[in-house]
Amino acid sequence: MTRLSDRLKAWFGPEMAGPGLALVAVILVFGLASPQFLSAATFGSVAFQLPELGLLTLAMLLPILTGGLNLAVTFTANIAGLTLAWVLQANGGADAGAGAFALGCILAVMVGAASGVVMGLVIAFTRAHPILVSLSMMIFLRGLGEFLTRGGDVSGFPAFIGPLGHGSIAGIPVPLIVFIVCVLAWHVLLTRTKLGFNTYMIGSNLEATRYSGINTRKVIVLVYTLSGAMCAIAGIIMLARFNSVRIGHGESYLLITVLACFLGGVNPFGGFGRVIPVFVALVVLQLLSSGLNLIGANQHLATAVWGLLLVGVMVLRFAASKFKISFVRKGT
Amino acid sequence: MQWVLPAAGPASAGLASPFKTVFGHTFMHQLAIAGGSEKPLLSLHDINMTFGGVKALRNVSFDVRPGEVHCLAGENGCGKSTLIKIITGVYRPADGASIEYDGETYSHMSPVTAHDRGIQVIWQDLALFPEMSVAENIAFQTVLGRWPKLVDYGRMRKIATEALERLGITLDVDLPLKEYAIAQRQIVAIARALVGEAKLVFMDEPTASLTQSETDHLLDIVRGLSAAAVAVVFVSHRLAEVLEISSRITVLRDGALVGVYPAAGMTQSRITELMTGKIFDQQVRAKSRQDQPVVLEVKGLSRPGQFDDISLTVRRGETLGITGLLGAGRTELAQTLFGMLQPAAGTIMLDGKPVRFSSNRDAIKAGVAYLSEDRLSLGLIQPQSISDNLVISSLGKVASGGFLSDERKRKLVAGWIADLGVKIGLQGDAISTLSGGNQQRIAIAKWLATDPKLLILDAPTVGVDVGARAGIFDIVAKLADAGLAIILISDEVPEVYFNADRVLHMAQGRMIGSYDPRSASLAEIEGAVYA
Repeated sequence: MTRLSDRLKAWFGPEMAGPGLALVAVILVFGLASPQFLSAATFGSVAFQLPELGLLTLAMLLPILTGGLNLAVTFTANIAGLTLAWVLQANGGADAGAGAFALGCILAVMVGAASGVVMGLVIAFTRAHPILVSLSMMIFLRGLGEFLTRGGDVSGFPAFIGPLGHGSIAGIPVPLIVFIVCVLAWHVLLTRTKLGFNTYMIGSNLEATRYSGINTRKVIVLVYTLSGAMCAIAGIIMLARFNSVRIGHGESYLLITVLACFLGGVNPFGGFGRVIPVFVALVVLQLLSSGLNLIGANQHLATAVWGLLLVGVMVLRFAASKFKISFVRKGT
Repeated sequence: MQWVLPAAGPASAGLASPFKTVFGHTFMHQLAIAGGSEKPLLSLHDINMTFGGVKALRNVSFDVRPGEVHCLAGENGCGKSTLIKIITGVYRPADGASIEYDGETYSHMSPVTAHDRGIQVIWQDLALFPEMSVAENIAFQTVLGRWPKLVDYGRMRKIATEALERLGITLDVDLPLKEYAIAQRQIVAIARALVGEAKLVFMDEPTASLTQSETDHLLDIVRGLSAAAVAVVFVSHRLAEVLEISSRITVLRDGALVGVYPAAGMTQSRITELMTGKIFDQQVRAKSRQDQPVVLEVKGLSRPGQFDDISLTVRRGETLGITGLLGAGRTELAQTLFGMLQPAAGTIMLDGKPVRFSSNRDAIKAGVAYLSEDRLSLGLIQPQSISDNLVISSLGKVASGGFLSDERKRKLVAGWIADLGVKIGLQGDAISTLSGGNQQRIAIAKWLATDPKLLILDAPTVGVDVGARAGIFDIVAKLADAGLAIILISDEVPEVYFNADRVLHMAQGRMIGSYDPRSASLAEIEGAVYA
């Protein structure tokens, strides 16, 4: 039994305990409460809803690991989405071709990355607090977006974009495929590259990392750039799902992405946290809202339950660490 | 006048005025009275304390009499600070301890009890608020407790001014503390302790960064406190001061009590012997390396306000010791050689070629490694794992095809751990779980993994158990024999004396003396450094 739990721990890391338990609890509770819960329909709806929040959460994860935050994730995503929308409109709107779409996507990612580069440079060189820097960027992007769109929607895209938001390949929703590819990319980035290694080290102690000969400024700029690029991918997916772009789309996701990271065991002060537990935490949040929906609860109540769940996890985590400490003390 | 005075008690008998007047020389005989055999103010028995498997204190007992100046002596890491932290309630000793203080017995203290009962500590780092005013620093605790909980700045300034007056000092209480030099800050810290109606004041290395005249003034203040029936426990390894000021000396070594001795009749060399136990077994390791090629040559290096016109050479296999007081500019010099600070003038040559480092990355590439004096916040990344800390500066070695390889990392780390004899649990354990000595070995391994030509060791034994220090220096000697050029910086003169081939004395940013341990005596160098 201990050996099994040790092996699980080695495989998933200690961060996995919280979201893993929450996943089992959610499946058990709703599985018993509603016979329809454990059905393909539930998992289908989760699979389509997961990617938007999930991609934004990935964008939030890297800055949090460095001990920072990117509050501009949703507006960066929508500015990038608007970039794509305008490229499509300039090339014939509903009649735009695949070339225009490809160009639009590239520009969208570049716009997202540019927002990250600016934040990264300011944070790395002025040592201003990431919350303030990204908050400024968030307000700037929102204002810019509202000014350029006059607060309205931009729509009228070619039909072939639809499947990116609604289609399936071999029964797996396309947005989910995009999301899983991004999850794997982030996992490899964080566990197998120098950039990922340095991200964790900076999150624990920036000065000691600099003393060790790491170019900490470069790492911070890269982290925010990648975060911005990931926002752009989220923006493209959101564009395809809603078939329109508005600067305020998904605004309510912003703080949920922060909390999803913490639910996934990411240390709020940086330095520790893995991608896979965050992925599981996102699945839990979506299952919870689908389950509540299924038993007829109000959508707003679902949001409230998310909040409760997160508070509960924090308290349990605190209790577990207390227990562990007193256990170790008695042991010695 | 809050802290003055218990009406009775021999030390304060006949003392009618605040002790500004006591700063004459009448207190000397009162000190002698304070050394009598009355009931102790503080008495500790059976104190044990363990940190992560390291015994910091073993069955220590300790007592302080009312109004005496008592010196707590011992080398770095002998348990002095731990003992103070137990008395002030920061740490809780192992079960079975007894702490008798002023008529009551405790099994452990709490910071609040200690403070309320008049135990005050002035830590080496002073624990003051540089941005706040002198008045706020001195009086904030007294103002905080009252109801209504509003800050009364007028009262705060009055308390602060009075406290400073009692010490015979005038400072502008409205200026932010950072405007004052370290010696004045020390006095502010003392004034704060006095406002809290202190009966027992601990001073942890209060003279470490003071000049001689500042030190003399501080010692006068300590005498004044003692005359006013405040017991002072003085922690210092400046033995001349210790003998001058204290009535009794408690010596700790390696976490155990060596003994309690009256200061009268004690000599510096006797205390050193008691503190270190085996210093006279230590052999001077110095050898001549004149036949070896020069690795580092520094000419006329200056950084205004930090160091001035520094010239030195280090040869292959040579260990150059640099010693001097805190604030002499040693660390700034080291950080300049490591590329983290830029010199204003002068040249640095490595292997005969001039180099200009725009960051420490250039220095590391050129073969310079720097072990920081501050292992906790700059040297190692405490929450992260042993293996990550070891490979962080040589990530290229654990990558294959652009990706980091766990297998390579594990092998590299295992190799160094075996080479340097580090005792660890798992490679993935946080580095903070290791003892100071083992952490320092990992920090050395981290730099050796970068294949340096020149290794700068800045205070490598800070926070390392006495027993583990010899092990660190054995490693240093082996590295030197293998051809590494080493700069060993320490404020402990014996460390550089016994372990370096040459010793430079740095003071106020300049090199003012050079010694060869084979011809100079330890006392000669100590005399110059602590003068």
